[in-house]
Amino acid sequence: MSATTLPDLIPDAKLKLPRQAERTLPGGLTVIAVRRPAVPLVELRLRVPFSRAALPRATLLSQSLFTGTGTMSSVDIAAELQAVGGGLSAGLDPDWLVVTGNALSSGLDRVLEILAAVLTDPAYPNAEVATERDRLIDHLQVAQSQPAHLARTALLKRMYGRHPYAVQTPEPEQVRAVRPGQLRTLHADRVRPDGAVLVLVGDINVDKAIDAAEKALGSWTGPAHQETMPPAPPLQAGPLHLVDRPGSVQSSLRMALPATTRTEPDYAALQLANLVFGGYFSSRWVENMREDKGYTYGPHTSIEHFLAGSALLVSAEVATEVTGPSLLETLYELGRIASLPPSEEELEQARRYALGTLRLGMSTQAGLAGLASMYASFGLRLDYLSDHSAALAVATREQVAEVAARYLAPSRAVTVVLGDAEKVEAPLAALTPVERGTA
Amino acid sequence: VARRTKIPATKYPVERFTLENGLRVVLTPDRSAPVVGVAVVYDVGIRSEPEGRTGFAHLFEHLMFQGSANLEKLAHFRHVQGAGGTFNGSTHLDYTDYFEVLPAGALERALFLEADRMRGPRLTEENLLNQIDVVKEEIRVNVLNRPYGGFPWLKLPPVMFSTFPNAHDGYGSFGDLDSATVEDAQAFFDRYYAAGNATLAVAGDFDVAKATEMIRRHFGDVAARPAPELPDFDEPDLDAERRDSYTDRLAPLPGVAAGWRVPDPIGDFAAYLPYVVLAEVLTDGEASRLVDRLVQRDRAVTSIGGYVGFMGDEFQVRNPTALLLQAHMPPGGDADKVLRTVDEELERLVTDGLTAGELERTQARIATHLLRETDAVLGRALPMAVLELQRGNPGLLNELPKLVSEVTEEQIVTAAAALRPDNRATVEVLPGAAA
Repeated sequence: MSATTLPDLIPDAKLKLPRQAERTLPGGLTVIAVRRPAVPLVELRLRVPFSRAALPRATLLSQSLFTGTGTMSSVDIAAELQAVGGGLSAGLDPDWLVVTGNALSSGLDRVLEILAAVLTDPAYPNAEVATERDRLIDHLQVAQSQPAHLARTALLKRMYGRHPYAVQTPEPEQVRAVRPGQLRTLHADRVRPDGAVLVLVGDINVDKAIDAAEKALGSWTGPAHQETMPPAPPLQAGPLHLVDRPGSVQSSLRMALPATTRTEPDYAALQLANLVFGGYFSSRWVENMREDKGYTYGPHTSIEHFLAGSALLVSAEVATEVTGPSLLETLYELGRIASLPPSEEELEQARRYALGTLRLGMSTQAGLAGLASMYASFGLRLDYLSDHSAALAVATREQVAEVAARYLAPSRAVTVVLGDAEKVEAPLAALTPVERGTA
Repeated sequence: VARRTKIPATKYPVERFTLENGLRVVLTPDRSAPVVGVAVVYDVGIRSEPEGRTGFAHLFEHLMFQGSANLEKLAHFRHVQGAGGTFNGSTHLDYTDYFEVLPAGALERALFLEADRMRGPRLTEENLLNQIDVVKEEIRVNVLNRPYGGFPWLKLPPVMFSTFPNAHDGYGSFGDLDSATVEDAQAFFDRYYAAGNATLAVAGDFDVAKATEMIRRHFGDVAARPAPELPDFDEPDLDAERRDSYTDRLAPLPGVAAGWRVPDPIGDFAAYLPYVVLAEVLTDGEASRLVDRLVQRDRAVTSIGGYVGFMGDEFQVRNPTALLLQAHMPPGGDADKVLRTVDEELERLVTDGLTAGELERTQARIATHLLRETDAVLGRALPMAVLELQRGNPGLLNELPKLVSEVTEEQIVTAAAALRPDNRATVEVLPGAAA
């Protein structure tokens, strides 16, 4: 006898947060430690406030952070980390300098010592910085040949205008002009503990891990560099911005719509509206564009949060010959969710997906570390997961419809298409006013 | 003398059994998080697709999501995501996997969904044409519309191998994809998707007795069909250097990739494992030999990476496979010079051996990478399903960090000595776009 009916779900147990501890050190660094002993490792995330740092210098600093200290070369740093199964790397977003790493948990003390040396005694040796500068320039040149990068660059400019968020990667020529001395100065000014957050997650005793962080990083001091990012400007809908990429076999369709921050009362309803529209595979837009029409492979939407503003982003790579029809279906699905309430079934499916994937995201050391660090950057803690779950559980169909009408209306969208303009301009112009622009 | 860091091990329990229809099952419970991972792996991949049907194994993977006996099109996705889970599938050289990660209470639902399509997908003309379009867009995103698309996993095999199974483009030509038929798909299913040609692995928060009962209930009556004989895709190693180059019209900078055949990953695991460690000795991090020399000292490359297996799946691939190096170069970069320097560094390793602590620190870092992957339920379910399928030994996942730590300097030197210019296959990317 084969089973022919879908088995029922066993309801989830109450959301259980892992054991954690937190301490703010005298220098202003907040340390958060979270215990998940499943594998004998520790994950590390450090965020240092970096709003409004000069972009070419800040980008090269993030690339050069591990090039040397007063006593260690870049090879020494890498080898010493490897010896305890460790690795550290750095990156930059418009609000933060972010250090990411992991190691065998037996190596936590050593990793913290090396991190402390990098933070408090950086060298930025001329030769190593010159190498990193050349690598970064090559990397930026390759990025400029990637459609996803070009489309995002064009979209950010249209979304943010004169706001600092409008440009998030430097030009190669700007990077070429950066000198090692400028990195030393920037590091001295901005790589400061006040407002920084260190997250440690793994097979650790949370109190001892914080003691270890205090011992290693207690000497990291210095006054905070006060910078406040102005609020992001509201989106200005306008003509579709078409960027020419001659010979492109696909068009990159991008839209930005308004969104709320995580802590506003509308947020859970907006997340559910986004899911019903295009935020997961079983959404209207993905089922329509991919599984019905075959226009695209991986269309997706997401809500992107920066400290000074949030936005809902819509993204698809579509075949050049169906660029117009793809915009048509996108406008249709946005119009539909903004005008008509979702069905109860659609809403429940999206709700279960939101609640379930939140649990999946907490199920690994790396997942917990990413969540704890990301929430901390917005002044939140892991207990936000419980609060947000509760909000998702009670959001009503009426609330979702109301939020969708305000945030997902196609008339509010900033739209950019990167593609072969000669082929796609006329089909796009049949649907909406089009202006030609640059990436 | 470097201090030796003790390499820890995981002790994930492993329960194995085989159903009467031949389906091999692996259960690995762990209650540290309220989630489960379910993986079903079929013993067929890119190497088994017929001539004239390049890309078919991957296209067929898409068709397995298009409905089955009790499931309409779209139902699979909705049932997984509506249970709070995620899903995917992927096509490799030697196998095709299908998997879900879900809250623990959705385990039986995932088992039902996998069993339903193991009985047979709904193959229709309409769904086939739809998924051919989707796959073409996938190829455009990942290969045709971006710089370095398919480099080197699609570009090096035709240089290195002579036989169709090993050399052909696994994403497929648009011509071959367009000529695929529903009959082809049915024949492919009938031949390769037998229960006896598959494994099921479940990892995470469940009770073994209850899960066993559910598995018997859902998979027990999937019809037994004969599994195909396992093909041997071996071919002779290169007897002279092979080289090719191509112009990538979107690439602004030159690149080069080189590959060497390695011992049989399954038939001769002891001889194979040192190559996995060697790849990391050469390229893992700023302190590795080739990064230190080529990136930092010579500035001959912007980046260099090394790994075993064309898809980076070193413990989930069969013979023949390769150790690969791939490098991106600055403007005007010289691939010959890069290759000469690689040869020189390999020669130095063979002559002088390793430096103090070099092997130990590389082994410690590999252990971290291996352990880190197993923290996710899918990082246990998927590799255990493949290890059961290919080796009958899913517990190998627990032993890998220790086995890696037992590789000796002598074995590394022997492996390095086998990577010579005269058994190397190389492919160069020439930049076709202005930098």
